[in-house]
Amino acid sequence: MAGKNDVILEMRHITKRFGPVTALDDVNIRVNRGEIFSVCGENGAGKSTLMNVLSGVYGYGTYEGDIVYNGEVCKFRSVRDSEQKGIVIIHQELALQPYLSVLDNLFLGDERKKGLAIDTATERVEAKKVLEQVGLDVDVDTLISNLGVGKQQLVEIAKALLKNVKLLILDEPTAALNDEDSERLLKMIDHLRRTQGLTAIIISHKLNEIAESADEVQVIRDGKTISHISVDAEHPLDQNILIRDMVGRPLTNRYPEHTSHIGGEVLRVEDWKVHHPLDTHRLVAKGVSFNVRAGEIVGLAGLIGAGRTETAMSIFGHQYGVESSGKIVLDGKPVTFPTVSSAVEQGVAYATEDRKVYGLNLLQNIRENTSMANFRHLAHMGVIDRVKERKIAQKYLHEFKTKAPSIETPTGNLSGGNQQKVVLAKWVSTDPKVLILDEPTRGIDVGAKYEIYEIIDQLADSGSGVLMISSELPELLGVCDRIYTMSNGIITACKKADQTNQEELMRYMTSSVPISKEDVFA
Amino acid sequence: MTDSTATTSKKEVTQQRTLKDMLLANVRSYGIFLALVVVILVFQGLTGGRLLTPNNVVALFQQNAYVMITAIGMLMVIIATDIDLSVGSVIAFVGGIGAIAMRDWGMNWFLAVIIMLLIGLLIGAFQGFWVAYVGVPGFVTTLGGMLLFRGLATVIAGESIPVSDNTFRSIASAYLPNIFGFWGNLDGLTVVVGLVCIIAYIVLQFRARNKAVKNGLQAEPTSYVVLKCVLVALIGGYFTVLLAQSGNETSGGIPVSLLIIVLLIAIYWFVLNRTVYGRNVYAIGGNRRAAILSGIDTRRTEFCIFLNMGFLEGVASVITLSRLASATAQTGQSFEMDAIAACFIGGTAVTGGIGTIPGAMVGALIMGVLNQGLSIMGVNAAWVSVIKGLVVIFAVAYDILSKRSKH
Repeated sequence: MAGKNDVILEMRHITKRFGPVTALDDVNIRVNRGEIFSVCGENGAGKSTLMNVLSGVYGYGTYEGDIVYNGEVCKFRSVRDSEQKGIVIIHQELALQPYLSVLDNLFLGDERKKGLAIDTATERVEAKKVLEQVGLDVDVDTLISNLGVGKQQLVEIAKALLKNVKLLILDEPTAALNDEDSERLLKMIDHLRRTQGLTAIIISHKLNEIAESADEVQVIRDGKTISHISVDAEHPLDQNILIRDMVGRPLTNRYPEHTSHIGGEVLRVEDWKVHHPLDTHRLVAKGVSFNVRAGEIVGLAGLIGAGRTETAMSIFGHQYGVESSGKIVLDGKPVTFPTVSSAVEQGVAYATEDRKVYGLNLLQNIRENTSMANFRHLAHMGVIDRVKERKIAQKYLHEFKTKAPSIETPTGNLSGGNQQKVVLAKWVSTDPKVLILDEPTRGIDVGAKYEIYEIIDQLADSGSGVLMISSELPELLGVCDRIYTMSNGIITACKKADQTNQEELMRYMTSSVPISKEDVFA
Repeated sequence: MTDSTATTSKKEVTQQRTLKDMLLANVRSYGIFLALVVVILVFQGLTGGRLLTPNNVVALFQQNAYVMITAIGMLMVIIATDIDLSVGSVIAFVGGIGAIAMRDWGMNWFLAVIIMLLIGLLIGAFQGFWVAYVGVPGFVTTLGGMLLFRGLATVIAGESIPVSDNTFRSIASAYLPNIFGFWGNLDGLTVVVGLVCIIAYIVLQFRARNKAVKNGLQAEPTSYVVLKCVLVALIGGYFTVLLAQSGNETSGGIPVSLLIIVLLIAIYWFVLNRTVYGRNVYAIGGNRRAAILSGIDTRRTEFCIFLNMGFLEGVASVITLSRLASATAQTGQSFEMDAIAACFIGGTAVTGGIGTIPGAMVGALIMGVLNQGLSIMGVNAAWVSVIKGLVVIFAVAYDILSKRSKH
């Protein structure tokens, strides 16, 4: 590794304002060549803004301060300028074209040419080389939309390598990845810096990953640089200190204290099967059985591709796959959910993953989003009771501590955590017997996560059953009463949360032995 | 308990929004009204005051009734991220049927109107079926409909069919009867209706505000409500006086077509803003996946949007047939473009999810004033088209640029 004094990048006294709002306030960072530099902070702390300043998204002149890269002051006016110097940013929302092939995406905007035509032969040779470097073994003619998020991420990195990247910026690279893919990605970046002298700046919310991968950790809070922590073998990262610096107050417990009062069974699903919508011979859920009791918070753990979301979506009004079959028992009575509205009317709610795509209408305000699934309570003869609507929206805004000027604020203007609270308000207001939560805290900062957990606990205390799908094992262990593990379309275990640990769960998540019939229901 | 005091004091602050906040917050929605006022003033100047003579104002509504009516339906179609290209063709076809019903089938004017509305609904159901239940994009379905119904219109009305029924012909040109007689040169009924509307507006504004205060919800500041009422009273009063002076010695005041327009605006404003159906239209346009996963029957909603579009095309074809007094295959050429343009000028988002009826109506009026002002000035129709085209582009560009500057 290069010496500590080989500085590749220094950002000095960076201040960036958006109108009256100061997003970055005199930020100073210094990154050494060949290190993994992690930037931490709550959502809205200014991490992404800082990276956008660095990569030229906010060009020279729109901010104050200096960017010194390889010893010279840079004045990037666009992303192209910074890329020419070898600074490449990979955004949280991947910028790949879904209906173009891997090859076309790799060279998009920088095609190898022979005369006027694209020189695919050369492109193929170069593509093969970079895909090997990132450890991605796919046919270069595969469409991006046919790849999982994990592999798409690798294509992005391969694309950066083609641009001769020296300084790679990754904004939440593992947010959409499962633990396995995350680990592989971080290992690969570690490998690249050893073999190619790559320097990486990683923005992440996953503190475990930061602890494992980063050499230097810079904490940003409210647009200011708060603290700088060096990590090495002798000085492992103290996550509690990191969290304290991020939120500005010591967070003694990351999960609220909660004792569940468990009642009778509210939902039982038996032998649920669903086929893949395109590859109709393939079973995505191969006979899944589970139950949820009143007042109970049940976790559903699994790696991406295990079929958790697909199972939940297909139960919830057949919104995934074809030829689904199985038995659903709600409050002791066998039921069917042919449509979403039939499921909602009978008391099942499903807060989907990816709130921007499946959860919210970002053009509508908090009030309108809150009432979206609840018109059977809010309308008479098709006419909306506006006073009631506003009262309910106001009630949940207050109860969930949603940070917004009013219920008339468009949800597109809210931060991720507050958007998630609106999604929860939408479903909790329908007064569900069972609420299915799919990745409820993905991409949300630590403080807001805690508040979401409190909401989940309150809901359980009010007598609803909660089924929580999550890829973060500590979260499941911290919040749930009971955890199912799912692997490749089957349930492999059902464990009491206080009697298991991450290692055991991970073992079952990668197991292929189905759980025995006796153990599946509580 | 510092926490709770902090939130209550914050609530008080947000409840006492000032007049300035309200004006700034709504500047975008008022921008379009301001644009209309500016356009009117400019042409009032350019035409030497001839734009706002009583009879020209009446003509403005009579000539643009079809745009305003079809723009209401088009608005919902565009909000739901679709488009309807078949408006003109459908109006020609339905008009042809109506004319035949009266001439050849011996129907009276009332039955003919009913038949035309029913045919409109049927066409709406036909197009809605393909879009909502089969999944053919609206652009393609209505492109097909445009060719299909223009063809059918030519089959049934290849030679123009005259309409002789005087009652039918008067729908587009008649005034409401002046039951209160003339007060000086003012039509009594118009004055009464005008005053009632203004008073009703003021009462409703204050009632809504009181209700909000009573329920502890956020209320508009009094000064803002007063300002709105004063403006509405002034503009409404001026408009009432203009209308009351219109017509001739025996009849005048409120044209029937204006009554139809106002009724439709009121009904559809209610539907779009106060009903579940209206909310669903916006929900589909803003995020279709989220709407489906919230239990909204997006197919039925989409079907109803086209069904409703068909109905409004029926209404527009009644007015158009009545105005032209004969059905021809060429009737309604590019009417769909007028409706689409009105929506876009009125701030409807090209990508769906955003749009209001007042906006679309003002958009239609801006186009109407442009048309009328330029024709009073004697500008060639070709140049009128050029100017209208530029206005549409500028309007949408303004919309996009103002959104961009907000970020």
